[in-house]
Amino acid sequence: MTSLPTNSPTKKLGLVIDLDICVGCHACAVNCKEWNTSGHSAPLTDQDPYGADPSGVWFNRIHSFEVENEKTGGRTVNFPKSCLHCEDAPCVTVCPTGASYKREEDGIVLVNADHCIGCKLCSWACPYGAREYDEDAGVMKKCTLCVDKIYNPNLPEESRVPACVSTCPVGARSFGDLGDPNSDVSKLVESRGGYDLMPEQECKPTNKYLPPRPKKQGSPENDTMALTPMADSSAGVISRWVDKFLSA
Amino acid sequence: MKDGIVTRDQRVDTAPFVSDEVKLTTCYMCACRCGIKVHLKDNQVRYIEGNPDHPVNKGVLCAKGSAGIMQQNSPAKLQKPLLRVGERGEGKFKEIEWSEALELATGWLKDVRDKDPSRLAFFTGRDQSQSFTGWWASQFGTRNFAAHGGFCSVNMAAAGLYSIGGSFWEFGEPDWDLTKYFLMFGVAEDHDSNPIKMGLGKLKTRGEAKFVSVNPIRTGYSSIADEWIGIKPGTDGLFVMALIQELLKSDNVDWDYLGRYTNAAWLVIQDPGSAQDGLFARDKDGNAFVATAKDGLKSVQDTDADPVLVGEYQLESGQKAVPAFQLMAERYLSEDYAAEAVSEKTGIPAETIRRIAAELAKVAFEEEIVLDIPWTDWAGRKQEKMIGRPVSMHAMRGISAHSNGFHTCRAIHLLQMLLGSIDVPGGFRHKPPFPKPCPPGPKPAGHESKANTPLGGMPLGFPQGPEDLLVDEQGNPKRIDKAYSWEYPLAAHGLMHMVIHNAWASDPCEIDVLFMYMSNMGWNSTMNVPDTVRYLTDKKADGSYKIPHFIYSDAYHSETVAYADLILPDTTYLERWDCISLLDRPICSAHGAADSIRQPVITLDRDVRPFQDVMLDLGVMLGLPGMTDDTGAAKYPGGYSDYMVNHERSPGIGPLAGWRGEDKSGQGRGAPNPDQLNSYIENGCFWEKHFTPEQSYYKFANKAYLEEAVYMGFMGAPDPVVMQVYSETMQKFRLAAQGHGDRQPPEHLRERVGEFFDPLPLWYVPFEEEGLDEEKYPLHAVTQRPMHMYHSWGSQNAWLRQITARNPLFMHVDTAKELGIEDDDWLWVKSPHGRVKGQAKLMTGVNKYTVWTWNAIGKRKGAWGLKDVAPEATKGFLLNHIISELLPSKEDGYRYSNSDPVTGQAAWYDLKVSIEKCQEAECGETSPMLDAQDAIPNKSDCLEISRYGAALSGAPSGKDSLPHEEWIGNREENASSSSGIRTGHGNRIAETQGEEGTK
Amino acid sequence: MHPAKSVIFFTTASGGGYGLLLILLLGNVFNLLPTYIFFLLVCYGLAFILIAAGLLSSTFHLGHPERAWRALTQWRSSWLSREGVMAIVTFIPTGLYALYVIFFQDSFSALMELIGLVGAVCCVITVYCTAMIYASLKTIHAWSNRFVPYGYLLLSLTTGMVLITGMMMVWGYDTGIFGWLSPLLLLGSLYWKVSYWRFLDQTKSVSSPESATGLGEFGAVSLLEAPHTEANYLMQEMGFSIARKHSEKLRKIVLWAGFGAPFILLAFALFQAGVIGGIAAVLAVVLAGIGIFVERWLFFAEAKHTVAMYYGAKDA
Ligand SMILES: Nc1nc2c(c(=O)[nH]1)N[C@H]1C(S)=C(S)[C@@H](COP(=O)(O)OP(=O)(O)OC[C@H]3O[C@@H](n4cnc5c(=O)[nH]c(N)nc54)[C@H](O)[C@@H]3O)O[C@H]1N2
Ligand SMILES: Nc1nc2c(c(=O)[nH]1)N[C@H]1C(S)=C(S)[C@@H](COP(=O)(O)OP(=O)(O)OC[C@H]3O[C@@H](n4cnc5c(=O)[nH]c(N)nc54)[C@H](O)[C@@H]3O)O[C@H]1N2
Ligand code: SF4
Ligand code: SF4
Ligand code: SF4
Ligand code: SF4
Ligand code: SF4
Ligand SMILES: [Mo]
Repeated sequence: MTSLPTNSPTKKLGLVIDLDICVGCHACAVNCKEWNTSGHSAPLTDQDPYGADPSGVWFNRIHSFEVENEKTGGRTVNFPKSCLHCEDAPCVTVCPTGASYKREEDGIVLVNADHCIGCKLCSWACPYGAREYDEDAGVMKKCTLCVDKIYNPNLPEESRVPACVSTCPVGARSFGDLGDPNSDVSKLVESRGGYDLMPEQECKPTNKYLPPRPKKQGSPENDTMALTPMADSSAGVISRWVDKFLSA
Repeated sequence: MKDGIVTRDQRVDTAPFVSDEVKLTTCYMCACRCGIKVHLKDNQVRYIEGNPDHPVNKGVLCAKGSAGIMQQNSPAKLQKPLLRVGERGEGKFKEIEWSEALELATGWLKDVRDKDPSRLAFFTGRDQSQSFTGWWASQFGTRNFAAHGGFCSVNMAAAGLYSIGGSFWEFGEPDWDLTKYFLMFGVAEDHDSNPIKMGLGKLKTRGEAKFVSVNPIRTGYSSIADEWIGIKPGTDGLFVMALIQELLKSDNVDWDYLGRYTNAAWLVIQDPGSAQDGLFARDKDGNAFVATAKDGLKSVQDTDADPVLVGEYQLESGQKAVPAFQLMAERYLSEDYAAEAVSEKTGIPAETIRRIAAELAKVAFEEEIVLDIPWTDWAGRKQEKMIGRPVSMHAMRGISAHSNGFHTCRAIHLLQMLLGSIDVPGGFRHKPPFPKPCPPGPKPAGHESKANTPLGGMPLGFPQGPEDLLVDEQGNPKRIDKAYSWEYPLAAHGLMHMVIHNAWASDPCEIDVLFMYMSNMGWNSTMNVPDTVRYLTDKKADGSYKIPHFIYSDAYHSETVAYADLILPDTTYLERWDCISLLDRPICSAHGAADSIRQPVITLDRDVRPFQDVMLDLGVMLGLPGMTDDTGAAKYPGGYSDYMVNHERSPGIGPLAGWRGEDKSGQGRGAPNPDQLNSYIENGCFWEKHFTPEQSYYKFANKAYLEEAVYMGFMGAPDPVVMQVYSETMQKFRLAAQGHGDRQPPEHLRERVGEFFDPLPLWYVPFEEEGLDEEKYPLHAVTQRPMHMYHSWGSQNAWLRQITARNPLFMHVDTAKELGIEDDDWLWVKSPHGRVKGQAKLMTGVNKYTVWTWNAIGKRKGAWGLKDVAPEATKGFLLNHIISELLPSKEDGYRYSNSDPVTGQAAWYDLKVSIEKCQEAECGETSPMLDAQDAIPNKSDCLEISRYGAALSGAPSGKDSLPHEEWIGNREENASSSSGIRTGHGNRIAETQGEEGTK
Repeated sequence: MHPAKSVIFFTTASGGGYGLLLILLLGNVFNLLPTYIFFLLVCYGLAFILIAAGLLSSTFHLGHPERAWRALTQWRSSWLSREGVMAIVTFIPTGLYALYVIFFQDSFSALMELIGLVGAVCCVITVYCTAMIYASLKTIHAWSNRFVPYGYLLLSLTTGMVLITGMMMVWGYDTGIFGWLSPLLLLGSLYWKVSYWRFLDQTKSVSSPESATGLGEFGAVSLLEAPHTEANYLMQEMGFSIARKHSEKLRKIVLWAGFGAPFILLAFALFQAGVIGGIAAVLAVVLAGIGIFVERWLFFAEAKHTVAMYYGAKDA
């Protein structure tokens, strides 16, 4: 049954992405591709890899946006996006074959490549663009939350995390159980005001985004801070020093 | 139709086998040198991940590093030695055997060495084995050697070394754990690729520090800055000097620090016209004098003296002298550097300059850090605490790639000195082997060039005065690149960007063999593509090439390959031994010394050879002294790995510092240990030695550190490194220009040397802009490095090129509006040197007078294993088409290099341009468009579809899944700023808990 | 949304087919149609061919057509699955009834009438299911609105009606009520389409670049760099956009070719039976076919997906 798990999973594994520190380096995207091209959904096919129109299957992609605000000035925000492992995942319910499903045990949304007919409907249903059609294989693929890595006893502990998470050089990505309010990731989300993308689409994404922090200290709108000169002229400054140090 | 038929078996194999084997080595997708774990299956790479134990990257990996798989699979990999059969530039080659290739090369080189070794120009680009290649050059006997630093960032290196004994690049780092204010100038990525990212993440997550980025462009690091200062290119010096004025005026300087650790108190002779003017007043032992409030003049060696930094004093000679500080203060207190005065030129409002100064002062002096770490200074004075001024700075090519970069960089160091924030808690920290004595040594070798004779030392070094220049009697340059001449006296890294031009022009000398390694000098690392390819292909009247022989070693089919006569194909970084040595550019951090190796993890499948092995073989065939024994037999028959273990630079000191001596206990010193490489491999291919807390800061004056540095061979003696507010070295050159001493610049260079060899940081209009019609070329044009591409070599990578396969010209929306330009419009970008075509992309986070693009995306057709229709070749463009390595001619017709007049650093970012929309018919393809270069013989086909990985998928292991572990990026920092989160890095809580818990 | 030809053909062809089938079933049950065997053969044949060709073409865009049967399994949650199931289910009563009415029409049977009515209901449900595949996609504002299911049903009926009218005229039958209904339905469709476009032009998705990124509190969001410089699957599939000028032109074609001209032609034919009327009717059918094909093309091309906002679209 491709309906969602009847009793929605208590464990909701997912990612927390800190937009305050993401520098947009694409490391998570490439490391993801690297792990997954021989992983559960292998291969992440590339079309025309050396030609005019290279394109391939990626589970994670990095956008960058400019945000303009006349009052506070603008900012640039780098924005990684992969599957958000939604609680009410429309990609699952629209799937006519049952190939798209949400795991009962941890809420991970996966595609069973042996059953997928490649109708692409799930990619239409996902508001976030998290589904990746592999033209060559004729099936839909997507972020697996590295399901073949996070539980894998053949890897050392520090590798049993999603590839994108352990590789992120700035540490902008965290991974854990967002269904457990006492987990560290939940606390992180709580303390940083983590939010959902497009809540109005009512998918209840598991992944959370941490907003950029307010800017520190002074800013151009508040340019009043200045040091007090000790003398009016440069000659004055120096003679003051002479007085201060030589007559001490 | 119930569940059975639908879900069949949706259980996923959560425990597949991953790989046959995991081998550790060092990444070389860029120069950062991170530790990697390579998962291998059937001699293919299954997965590359960061080595969590490695001091550089601590388990993280950038986009490039993660794409190593696709570098290994690149269709551009060279296959076999190549001999040119067509004309230069066509790219027509035939494959030859190694024996033939080596004989050919030896023939050309032997000729040269028999005549005059300096007729070999050996330049090695992005070399990570410079101590080896430099040594090879000196054994050969040519002074004409350098790596890429001259066009890269020698301004930063030289300004740093001549000012504070260390420098930015990756040779120092902010104190990421403690800094409270981080000011970054002109950095998009830098060599410390992962460490900077890790540091920024940490710093921002700690939540208490402010990060200010001074950069015309607000992307990447600047995008996460708390404040972005969108400065006009080339004006940072003015900005910094205005900050200095604010601090001086308000008494916000660290008097004690300046007095103790810098030469601010040293008395400078004020005797205009005399040969001593501007030099330090010294006693007969050469020690400078300082003035005290009560006891008159004292030697700097007098550790009890409490120097004052101002006043005017009479010397025994009758000459007047003032402390260097006062000269400095007088200059920057001038109206020229008032916030208002620099505001328009820099594009930064005066109020903002004042506020930044105030913020710096506040953090430095009101929020000082005190660490309870007792330490002893060089003079034996015990200190109870370590005082930290938690302001840190970092700068890179946004500063250095301007013709005023040396002085600007010195100004930044001066600012740091005034704030007392160098190598203190929370400040900028040196990484070993820095700090080094200041001014630095050793001096460049190569005054003489004798047939079949090695040089007396290493070709690159640091002049300390006119006497160290490599010039002839008339003052003309001796080196092919004119480094260490009066034109570029402190050219500590050479001027690789001038070699091809100068060799073509036979100015200042002729060469017979041009030998290059790992630098795409025919394309993205030349400043001037159209002319450079002309120099390489130009012929004499007799039909022979003006540059007679060109040997090149590359691993891939780059643009430069097409111009060489003989190609010595190298392996990839996963196929060879390499040595990242303390003798050149090690992987140290502020926490301690470290070095590392690369080991071959993949078996070679082509007829290519590691370049260093080839150099040793050539050395043997040429009979070079260091490489052969008395019988002429190879001294390192095992090749480079043999050299890595057994070579000794001085007794007990070799390329690798770890596990030396018979018992492997030697750290830094000890006899060669035949088993050394195994020890490295067992340890993950790196060695590291942590400093004690006592050695960690104030290294320039810290006895415990200085002694360690001497033991490790970083320094000759445990003397303090005195930072140079005022550079006497510079003044020595200036005095020569003023007519003093027996070595003086030739007439036409007097003024130039006199002007630019200012002992105090100076600001001047970048050369390209000087005299340029502002109206005609109103915009600055610069490039930035994409974080996921390494110069030219990322485009052959099937994954990385999917991210960026073409580069637009980014510009401010307002600027675009004025010109009627919209997104994707085709534009001509024009400079006085030419024009290039590209497409527009509008944005707001950019200085309005600046346009920019990503560096090195544009490719020549046919290169890099790509199809001719690749967007890199048809839509991408290089700004290098419109830069010039030469400045417009002076009155006397002479054209200086487009470089910094002190160091010879290439001034890439001085470029000024105008923008014009293309005609309808001109749209669609970039220009200039060179003919396609031929494919290499037996090139492997470009895949139409790549299914890499399909065959490497792991079989089920049948083991049980383990419970998932929570993982938080900056766990420790998050723990300190968000309540309830456990501490410990990443998911290694268990392991680090104890350690952290006790904190 | 990328206007994939196979899907456009599927919805237009099978839509018309089901419309025609529905009218045939009702027409026969209520005795409103000629009973000439060849006429019925051709009409039912055409309906089934349109339906079958549509369904077949819809499998062309599948990555794995050979697994298409799996699409029948998820009827409890997926409209696509329901549509597949209904399409098959519909064949049973409609097929039975068609055979009956063509070959055994003399033997009147209440049961068969009932089967015919069930078949008619099935046709409606199937078209409704098709419509709901689109209308249930919250991600696409142009589709997830009440206009879509009505529109699909209406257009299906209209095409069917135009087809049957055309058929009858070609055969020289008196079109009776169909002759009146066709132009009326065409007018209705025209009204519906215009209302739909007004809705499209005047409303936007509840989602915006600001909500897509969650960065609205900081200001107006615009794309600086997409993840890739060349188009990826998402952009090709969901990022398709059509220039305003272009869409205005095509809308006119839909209005005139799809509805206006057939209306005039059929109205004309209503009063002008005979050869000229027949020609007009055929022309009407052809024009309506073209118009509705363009309509369906626009239905995709004008539909914006939320994903496009991650790639620079200002709204969805
Ligand atoms: N417009 C503009 N131009 C610039 C710059 C800029 O900012 N703007 N930056 C300048 C700077 S700072 C630099 S450092 C230069 C860098 O430019 P280059 O020095 O040209 O560096 P790369 O393009 O990275 O690569 C050099 C060559 O090394 C080869 N190579 C890669 N791996 C190996 C290997 O393992 N063995 C061997 N033998 N060869 C290998 C590559 O194939 C390539 O041909 O560019 C300069 N050019
Ligand atoms: N991913 C990646 N990493 C690399 C490299 C690479 O090619 N790719 N190359 C390596 C090499 S060789 C080098 S040299 C380093 C260089 O590393 P960076 O110094 O980071 O080099 P650039 O990308 O040239 O960045 C220069 C920055 O200075 C800014 N800038 C330009 N002019 C000015 C100015 O006048 N003032 C100020 N304040 N800013 C200015 C530009 O906007 C840009 O952001 O990176 C190394 N690391
Ligand atoms: S993000 Fe998209 S693909 Fe992932 S679960 Fe949600 S709807 Fe499905
Ligand atoms: S493409 Fe595959 S996974 Fe997606 S809806 Fe169709 S059958 Fe399901
Ligand atoms: S969790 Fe795994 S599959 Fe998903 S984006 Fe990260 S690395 Fe890719
Ligand atoms: S690796 Fe980290 S910093 Fe880089 S793009 Fe991904 S989330 Fe951002
Ligand atoms: S920064 Fe990236 S490419 Fe450079 S060495 Fe480290 S992992 Fe490799
Ligand atoms: Mo560089």
